[in-house]
Amino acid sequence: MTGAIDTILQGTLLGGLYALFAAGLSLIFGVMRLVNIAHGDLIVLAAYTAFLAVQLTGIDPLSSLIIVVPVMFVIGYALQRGLLNATLGRGILPPLLVTFGLSIIIQNALLQGFSADSRKLLLGPFETASIPLGPDLAIGWFPLLIFATAVVVIAALQALLHRTRIGRAFRAVSDDPETARLYGVDHRHLFAMAMGVALAVVSFAGVFLAIRTNFDPAIGPARLLFAFEAVIIGGLGSLWGTLAGGVILGIAQTVGAKIDPAWQLLAGHIAFLLVLIFRPRGLFPRAVD
Amino acid sequence: MRERGNHPNRRGVLKTGAAGVALASLGFPAIAQGKKIKLGYVSPQTGPLAPFAEADNFVIDGIREAVKAGIKIGNGTQPVEIIVKDSQSNPNRAAEVAADLILKDQVDLMLVASTPETTNPVCDQCEVNEVPCVSSVAPWQPWFFARGGKPEVGFKHTYHFFWGLEDVIAVFTNMWGQVATNKSVGGLFPNDGDGNAWGDKQRGFPPVLEKQGYKLTDPGRFQNLNDNFSAQISAFKAANAEIVTGVVIPPDLTTFWNQARQQGFKPKVVSIGKALLFPVVLEGLGDAGHNLSTEVWWTPSHPFKSSLTGASAKELADGYTAATKKQWTQPIGFVHALFEVAVDVMKRSKGAGERASILDAVAKTKIDSVVGPIAWGAGPVKNVAKTPLVGGQWRKGGAFKYDLVITDNKTAPNIPAGGKMEAIG
Repeated sequence: MTGAIDTILQGTLLGGLYALFAAGLSLIFGVMRLVNIAHGDLIVLAAYTAFLAVQLTGIDPLSSLIIVVPVMFVIGYALQRGLLNATLGRGILPPLLVTFGLSIIIQNALLQGFSADSRKLLLGPFETASIPLGPDLAIGWFPLLIFATAVVVIAALQALLHRTRIGRAFRAVSDDPETARLYGVDHRHLFAMAMGVALAVVSFAGVFLAIRTNFDPAIGPARLLFAFEAVIIGGLGSLWGTLAGGVILGIAQTVGAKIDPAWQLLAGHIAFLLVLIFRPRGLFPRAVD
Repeated sequence: MRERGNHPNRRGVLKTGAAGVALASLGFPAIAQGKKIKLGYVSPQTGPLAPFAEADNFVIDGIREAVKAGIKIGNGTQPVEIIVKDSQSNPNRAAEVAADLILKDQVDLMLVASTPETTNPVCDQCEVNEVPCVSSVAPWQPWFFARGGKPEVGFKHTYHFFWGLEDVIAVFTNMWGQVATNKSVGGLFPNDGDGNAWGDKQRGFPPVLEKQGYKLTDPGRFQNLNDNFSAQISAFKAANAEIVTGVVIPPDLTTFWNQARQQGFKPKVVSIGKALLFPVVLEGLGDAGHNLSTEVWWTPSHPFKSSLTGASAKELADGYTAATKKQWTQPIGFVHALFEVAVDVMKRSKGAGERASILDAVAKTKIDSVVGPIAWGAGPVKNVAKTPLVGGQWRKGGAFKYDLVITDNKTAPNIPAGGKMEAIG
């Protein structure tokens, strides 16, 4: 029994990590229908930004978010305004190709700048501290922090989209860019803002990834797949759905691993496939799409 | 294209015959002076395997300096050119650049290092194109058997020096023998070339461990870049494992070890291949890396010196630290040794363009390199020469954040041990 509870708990916590990886991706897709292949590499870029901040100023990795979030926001804004806006509105292929190229450029630029050494951010004893819940049951504080952050980040994004002026504008350009433009909404600026917010979210994913385990310039693309699956399981454009998608993926993987570690990824992919078969638009799709 | 007038074009040569030849020698003065030895070198300088090649530039600069006067062949001296190519950690790319080196650059001798993903495709290209090749930094079984090698026949053009699976098994079990445990072992074998070889029921760890009275818990193969080891940890806990072994990539080791400590799993010995090769990985573990153990192929305290520069292992490592401000890593010795073999082979050959004599010289190699004696013929198969392997633990509080201390040298007593095995506290 403890084993089963442990499996579900660990899977849920893992899901928080996946949801955090996926939240930025989900937002970008929801607002401008852009599939960002470079998302995983942007997570790694955020990790390196945090690494640099920690090296230069000596602050602890969590506080480095004060620096990383604004830096990534600016990078996101500039990236969208200067490059990605030009790829939109010409079909699905140009943004795919450009972000794919971006992925390769980021990897190689990081390799040049930081070498291939495997890095990690240190958070001290907190990394391995845990809350004992029973003889064979414990929840790590750090995974719990990741999960809580995922919930808070998604709640904040949801509030941004539905309770603020800029959020209304995001939804307007997303629903109908032409009409929104007639009302004086500058979609180029808005898309750039959305990418900025998405990369601010990516900063959290990057910093937590960097504390959780080693990272190197080439590790990004592997993080992309789970983020995609979480977004699609949850339903395109739905932020709470992305959290649910991450948790479903995490639990499916942990249950699979319990049966045999070889089944860990397979179980996640099967859960993904089942959702695609029975709910092709995901579990919580947006009403109009 | 500016120099076009100096070079002979095809029609001109055909028309003017001898005059054209004279013109050619004007255009390429090097030809008149003699031949040039070309060494090709392929390694993974970018991509996930790049840490293995991190020291390449330092090592190759040193080699270029050592051979800048050229190599004496017969009565003349032939200059040496080293052409370096990046495999990008991709086997297909490795084969491609090897083909370029063979067909375009016409290298006399191919050198290749680091992991079967790099060595195997390059060696296959050399075998097909009949170019002599020396390879290293991959356990010999995946190098030999994965390329379809048959022990009684062997390969014709490709030679390899490193250690094998039998050595790492011996080293690990020797280390565990020094610590009092319940002999219950948890295995972390991923679903990749190394993991499958180590976990193999016939040729890997399981049969040897069983013979020596260890009980192995192997929950099964997992994918690399795993985010969650809770299944393995609960299986190890259930088996009361006091030893953990395996061959994983650095991020997986960190994820596993942090998660194990969160879940209160505290083994006495953790001996892991591959992940613990590089000191940066240990630094990433904070204080939790103390006394983790790994296989050791080369350290500055190995009692060997370079046949090429005369530098001892320690001098070579210190040179790297002085030049790069980084801690030494194990590939430094082996990449240097690869070029030691190359220079020694070329000295004994008839020089550039004489592939048959170069191949013959490779087969007859017998040198004392900075990684130990290298000579083909006495190895497990014809094309493999074995170098010594010992075991060590990473400890805090030395010259660097973590220092690799040799704690078991039963497999190679000539390499001095720096301490005894300690249980993880």
